[in-house]
Amino acid sequence: MKNSETKTAAREHHIERAWCKGCGICVHFCPKQVHKLDEEGKACAVRPEDCIGCRLCELRCPDLAIEVIDRQAADRQGKDHE
Amino acid sequence: MPARDYIRERFFPHMWCPGCGHGIVLNALLRAVEALGLDKKNFVMVSGIGCSARISGYVDFHSMHTLHGRALAFATGIKISKPELNVIVPMGDGDAMAIGGNHFIHAARRNIEMTAIVMNNRIYGMTGGQFSPLSGYGTMGTTAPYGNIDHGFNTVDLASSAGATFVARTTTYHARELADFIGQAISHPGFSVLEVLSQCPTQFGRRNKAGDAPEMLESYRTGTARIDSKKKRENPDLIERGIFVQKELPEYCREYERIISKARGE
Amino acid sequence: MSDAVKFIQGNVVCAEAAVYAGVGMFAGYPITPSTEIAEHMSVRLPQVGGKFLQMEDEISSLCAVIGASLTGHKTMTATSGPGFSLMQEALGYAVMTEIPCVIVDVMRGGPSTGLPTHVGQGDVMQARYGTHGDHAIIAVTASNHADIFRMTVEAFNFAETYRTPVILLLDEVIGHLREKIRIPEPGEIPLVGRLRTAVEHGVDYHPYLPREDGRLPMSDFGDVHRYNVTGLYHDMWGFPTEKPEVVYGLIRHLVDKIDHNSEKMTRFRKYHTKDAETLFISYGAAARSALHLVENRRKRGERIGLLELNTLWPFPADIVREACRDMNFVLVVEMNMGQITREVKLAVEDPRKVYLANRVDGELITPMDIQNIVRLIQGRGV
Repeated sequence: MKNSETKTAAREHHIERAWCKGCGICVHFCPKQVHKLDEEGKACAVRPEDCIGCRLCELRCPDLAIEVIDRQAADRQGKDHE
Repeated sequence: MPARDYIRERFFPHMWCPGCGHGIVLNALLRAVEALGLDKKNFVMVSGIGCSARISGYVDFHSMHTLHGRALAFATGIKISKPELNVIVPMGDGDAMAIGGNHFIHAARRNIEMTAIVMNNRIYGMTGGQFSPLSGYGTMGTTAPYGNIDHGFNTVDLASSAGATFVARTTTYHARELADFIGQAISHPGFSVLEVLSQCPTQFGRRNKAGDAPEMLESYRTGTARIDSKKKRENPDLIERGIFVQKELPEYCREYERIISKARGE
Repeated sequence: MSDAVKFIQGNVVCAEAAVYAGVGMFAGYPITPSTEIAEHMSVRLPQVGGKFLQMEDEISSLCAVIGASLTGHKTMTATSGPGFSLMQEALGYAVMTEIPCVIVDVMRGGPSTGLPTHVGQGDVMQARYGTHGDHAIIAVTASNHADIFRMTVEAFNFAETYRTPVILLLDEVIGHLREKIRIPEPGEIPLVGRLRTAVEHGVDYHPYLPREDGRLPMSDFGDVHRYNVTGLYHDMWGFPTEKPEVVYGLIRHLVDKIDHNSEKMTRFRKYHTKDAETLFISYGAAARSALHLVENRRKRGERIGLLELNTLWPFPADIVREACRDMNFVLVVEMNMGQITREVKLAVEDPRKVYLANRVDGELITPMDIQNIVRLIQGRGV
């Protein structure tokens, strides 16, 4: 499920809310404080525009709930397919 | 999750507790398999019993959830009968080192090509927090209410002595290294052992004042160092990470092919 | 064919029969008095392209056998009492996961280490009830080389037909006895192969959904269908479940598939039973002594017969009841404290007519031992 998108962000953070158990690992280790736990205790990308694309949140997510999508790469891929 | 193609999505969210390191191991494993580009039809995952063992239900491989400690024995039967299969055996610390200790050392001795991943959370989680052979002296558990007087095994030393031809250790904090080591272990043509320090905030963390999942991951960052690193030299008490053994010796299934040729007088 | 006639040990007969049945993998651990089966397998299996494994114990032996079976091979292990005890855990796993395999138990004197080099038949109940939890089991036995061969092949056939572990109960005397055997020609004894699913790639395959005839087609590990195997109660895909209706359906299926087909796996031999007034019931080495006595007494005009059981589990209660109906008395000859005697008493109309002739001192029960019991029952003194 798309949780947060900002037009200016170079990356999107897909967070599978139903899978997220709110352990806070992504929040704690993000070097740019991109993530926050929302009022339901689920991970939420509140500052996607600050994301540097290190993907550590995705790699360390024990719930397999986060995917960081590089928009430019995705766009390029889209063009390749066209 | 990029490696979605390798999981059985209908069973998610998984059954592990919030912050459980086993999910990070699964995460890294899927990436490693994806990176290897191998067909999932050729993967078999054989697990034992315990929290760790539930991993086999989540991967879209041929999967076998067996008996406590016996996963390597089942896996040995599978591998010898169909050597072309990639056999991955995730185990818990009690699973691998206590009830399955004998199978562990003998699988290592045989050098049969398979990947043993010891998901070491230093506790029996599923039964509620009893000390394990990897808990270590002085830790607390529901069966060590006054502090554990059992000394722990060193998985790396044990595996190396038993003859494993690939032995490595890392942690769930070091997620990239973890996926890299899993990939190398799978590719290794022999018996490979990868010990992964994997946090159990619910049963181990709580009883041992180790904090929540992020704090336990921090302790893996500060409490470990790469083999021969400056950090390790400065602080010899740190737990070493890295590849300790990587050598090629005759592999069991290929050796058996030689036996067949000999028996047939070829 | 003269070169098919051999003078060999019972254990070797069993191993040869397994090869005849198409065994592709054997795993075991040395234990007296079964070791010759492993030794012979280590010679023969690689000759036919099969795999022999000597494992670290009996626990891992049966586990490896179960794993290998999942890749599509017929598999076997062999052991004796103490090893059979260690295998009970994996035996239950094979029952629950419905994985075919054959477990040979060459019985010796027990309990515990007991009498390693002497005969006993004390594992009959362990074969039936040794693993925990409710279940049905198939256990067969033999008293001579031709039957060891036949029942070994049958054990593999039953395992494949019913997708279940099958126990072959031999004993020290039979296992170590050397006698003549003619090895059957290929095709002489029918073989049941692995029933594989016809479900194609991409179509939902249910490894645990029985067909109308109760059989469950399998798919080899490494083949196109990826499914789960677990010792937990599971659904038709093999995934764990705690739903009471699914749990009940599975335990019913596991028991019914054997109990409802018990006639199809009942094997026995009758000797001189037509006009008999006294019946011996026996199996394994004890049946040889019983048969010897029957044939001797027949020469003197005594109307004695023998019912030799080759299938012990599921217990052929109907056959036994029918055979015992008009007898003056029934004598069960076995080398334990009455494990089959108890079953016979439960099966017959008048259990007071059922007696036990046994020996549990590690020696083979002799015709004289049996005759002495017969005289006691007849009130003639020893």
